[in-house]
Amino acid sequence: MRYLPKSPADREEMLAEIGVASIDDLFSTIPAEYQFKRDLAIPRQHGESEIIDRFREFANQNATGYASFLGAGVYRHYRPVLIDTVVSRGEFLTSYTPYQPEIAQGTLQAMFEFQTMICELTGMEIANASMYDGSTGAAEAIMMAVRVTGRDGAVIARTVHPEYREVVATYAQHQEIPLVEAGYSESGRVDLAALDAAIDDNTACVLIQSPNFFGTIEDVAAIAEIAHKKGALLIVSIAEAISLGIVRPPAEADIVSLEAQSFGVAPSYGGPFCGVIACKEKFLRQMPGRIVGETKDMDGKRGFVLTLSTREQHIRREKATSNICTNQALVAMMTTVFLTVYGKEGLKELAVHNLAKAKYAADTLGGIGKVLFNGAPRFHEFVIDLGKDAEAVNTALLERKIIGGLPLARWYPELGANASLWCATELTTKAQIDAAAEALK
Amino acid sequence: MSDTKFVGTPRKVTTHVNQNEDLIFEKSSAGKKAYRLAELDVPAVDAASLLGDAARTDLGVMPELSEIEIVRHFTRLSTWNYAIDLGMYPLGSCTMKYNPRVNELVSRLEGIAEAHPYQPESLSQGVLGIMKLLSDCLVEITGMDTITLQPAAGAHGEFTGILLARAYHEAKGNPRKKVLIPDSAHGTNPATAAVCGYQVANLKSNAQGMVDIAELERMVDEDTAALMLTNPSTIGVFESEIHKIADILHAKGALLYMDGANMNALVGKTRPGDFGVDVMHLNLHKTFSTPHGGGGPGSGPVACKKILEPFLPKPVVVTRPDGTLALDYDRPQSIGRVRMFYGNFGMFVRALAYILANGPDGLRQTTEDAVLNANYIRAKLEDTFDLQYKTRSLHEVVFSDRRQAKNGVKTGDMGKRLIDYGFHAYTVSFPMVVQGAMMIEPTESESREELDLLIDALKQIAREAEENPELVQTAPHATRLRRLDETTAARKPVLRWKPAPNGAADSSALTPDTAAKEW
Ligand SMILES: Cc1ncc(COP(=O)(O)O)c(C=O)c1O
Repeated sequence: MRYLPKSPADREEMLAEIGVASIDDLFSTIPAEYQFKRDLAIPRQHGESEIIDRFREFANQNATGYASFLGAGVYRHYRPVLIDTVVSRGEFLTSYTPYQPEIAQGTLQAMFEFQTMICELTGMEIANASMYDGSTGAAEAIMMAVRVTGRDGAVIARTVHPEYREVVATYAQHQEIPLVEAGYSESGRVDLAALDAAIDDNTACVLIQSPNFFGTIEDVAAIAEIAHKKGALLIVSIAEAISLGIVRPPAEADIVSLEAQSFGVAPSYGGPFCGVIACKEKFLRQMPGRIVGETKDMDGKRGFVLTLSTREQHIRREKATSNICTNQALVAMMTTVFLTVYGKEGLKELAVHNLAKAKYAADTLGGIGKVLFNGAPRFHEFVIDLGKDAEAVNTALLERKIIGGLPLARWYPELGANASLWCATELTTKAQIDAAAEALK
Repeated sequence: MSDTKFVGTPRKVTTHVNQNEDLIFEKSSAGKKAYRLAELDVPAVDAASLLGDAARTDLGVMPELSEIEIVRHFTRLSTWNYAIDLGMYPLGSCTMKYNPRVNELVSRLEGIAEAHPYQPESLSQGVLGIMKLLSDCLVEITGMDTITLQPAAGAHGEFTGILLARAYHEAKGNPRKKVLIPDSAHGTNPATAAVCGYQVANLKSNAQGMVDIAELERMVDEDTAALMLTNPSTIGVFESEIHKIADILHAKGALLYMDGANMNALVGKTRPGDFGVDVMHLNLHKTFSTPHGGGGPGSGPVACKKILEPFLPKPVVVTRPDGTLALDYDRPQSIGRVRMFYGNFGMFVRALAYILANGPDGLRQTTEDAVLNANYIRAKLEDTFDLQYKTRSLHEVVFSDRRQAKNGVKTGDMGKRLIDYGFHAYTVSFPMVVQGAMMIEPTESESREELDLLIDALKQIAREAEENPELVQTAPHATRLRRLDETTAARKPVLRWKPAPNGAADSSALTPDTAAKEW
């Protein structure tokens, strides 16, 4: 086996040094009746070229060569070459959690840079070094708000990604956190009156998403005022991180739960992505996840360490702020490189290109169907009613090698069978948009 | 400063030029660029008029650099990291094995990397096929009946597995109140039980560091939902009475959860499904070679017995009568979702590539080599370090610092000194049942030569602990930075960079350092 650096003679000599006759002697503590004697029924050993062939076959059974208008929490953006250059370095790829800071300064400094950029982009004071993803991050943010406020309920906007809401429900149920939903208004934004009515003395927090699942940008300041007036915290979930290049950061929020996939991470059928929680400094001790801090070594030189670990499971066990251990460090590294490549000006330009493409797409397709929720600004997604069953429309589009927007009826039956969610990014071309419009006519 | 001389001659370490590297923000200057967007092929828009009040005007201190500066920045940072690619990484419980590069290649193939989780099923047969084949392999390897790939890491798998147990009990009318956890368990186990709404009942280990059967019998009752057991345990020992443990639990209607972090000791040699486990998680980032990446991402599939199948997170991959694969959301008893979409899919690709590269014979040989390596280290160091539990080791060996502690040299000091010899430290002070634990897991990826280097290094460190304890207590000496002040880091947290208010250089900027040594 080519990954195993031992000759048959090595093995024999090592067994002799240990003082056993055969390898099976080393497994003698496993009761005989549970010793597995046959070969596992799995595919035979493959050569490297066979492995690549096998996965090429898998890859070819998926959509390639299609123009896609899918977004809905996973976004196709250009990924600069430098990202792979950096994360392919074995020093980053094959290191563990930086528990020995003297030999992990590379990861630690990059994480400190990541935390700084996340703070800067979200308008929060502190950020952790990543969570699994945006959905579990949102759930953890709610549990955090419950600890901070000593209250136990949460109000969730119906315009939060439906799968985020499902994950939140799974976590909340076992923490006995009652969840109340707040609907949306004609503009596609949270219905403020309904939100106000949904919050009571027991509400620990309000969770919204902006841009929301329909692509609409929420009025974060107005929502924050309503929540704060009643003593609840505001958690803003952001599923499309590129929006932060041109959309005002949710600085009025208390906690931001970001999914940073858009910052240079491949769609990869839904993961691995990069969640991160950022918040006001006063909530630091209730924050889940690893945090990197600056310090000095014995000679006074600047260095970085994992810090405040008394919040975490390996110290606090059942009293920890979360059970998270392994996070998404390498993906956080990818987003750090992405943000460095685009930087202060590039991120803004990129976000504006996304705006322009989506506007062109909404205007063009709006000539065929009816774009919903026009009363509020949006980023790069829009809901459209194409006058026909959205699933049927998509089936027809596939013949032209186009993957249409996401039909919404399974989550928003109130919008009818014809509504779908379309996304255009900087990678969507005018020709693709025109072709979709042509096919829909 | 102490005398940094080595007692023996380290055969591995070298030094090379040191590179200082400021934070990316300190290197940035206005107007530099590393990007150029494609030409806009649609009419330009005015963001302020489209977004109104919601428009952002400034991105604060986000960096501005050219491409070459960025490459150098991250490359320099990378040279400050230790990694499997540089040498043995004997962190016990973490299974730091070789991460094959073909796995990286296949995970980046276009049809795989670009797959959108909502693309039509008819255009997702390849990705679903990967999930199906990986699931089938893992079910066979564990001897369980079914599996979910949705959890994002080991702790997330624990969460999912305990929720399955909870749903099972709830379906019988009572979710029960507590989860039993041995004192040797990893911190995620009790933390998980708490997140799932259970009380934690601490189960004391016996004199061999294993489950105390009498104590277990005393503690299991009708309020016990499950026992979370790591097998082999965190001291690297197989729980020989595992079936008895399962029987005791089952007699009271409780379930046996297995933390599968140590599966690298078992694959191809024994199967949890055969020895009484009801539900368990795997760590693809340990046993199945997906890279740790400085702390993540991982993937923590949960395998279980038929009785728990109705409760699996949704969706599950199913085969339609016509042979095509599909995602089934119609699961009325499901615990719901634990994560959006289907899990850390990119890790599934890598784990499957690893399984294909090995086949049944390779996986068995892998396990045997991992166990051989740990036992070799144990045999060679047994006279040097104290071994609290004498039971035969599987894939890792846990020594105690008891002998060296008499001279004031602790496990953490020796771990740091190991760095000077060109290794990563072993796992320090875990599990807590071993006084001053030194937990060494070599994995199968080490040659005899590398093992001998480690053994030499640890022997010499033991000598240093006798002859020059201060040398060990102040280690490491060969690194770019020396021991870091973790107390101040926690007391006065500095968690992000800020520009100095007057525009002057940041007060805490690095002072150029020409003398320090580097890897
Ligand atoms: C025994 C044991 N259990 C659970 C975990 C948690 O796994 P993860 O870090 O993937 O969440 C670990 C690893 O850190 C472990 O060693």
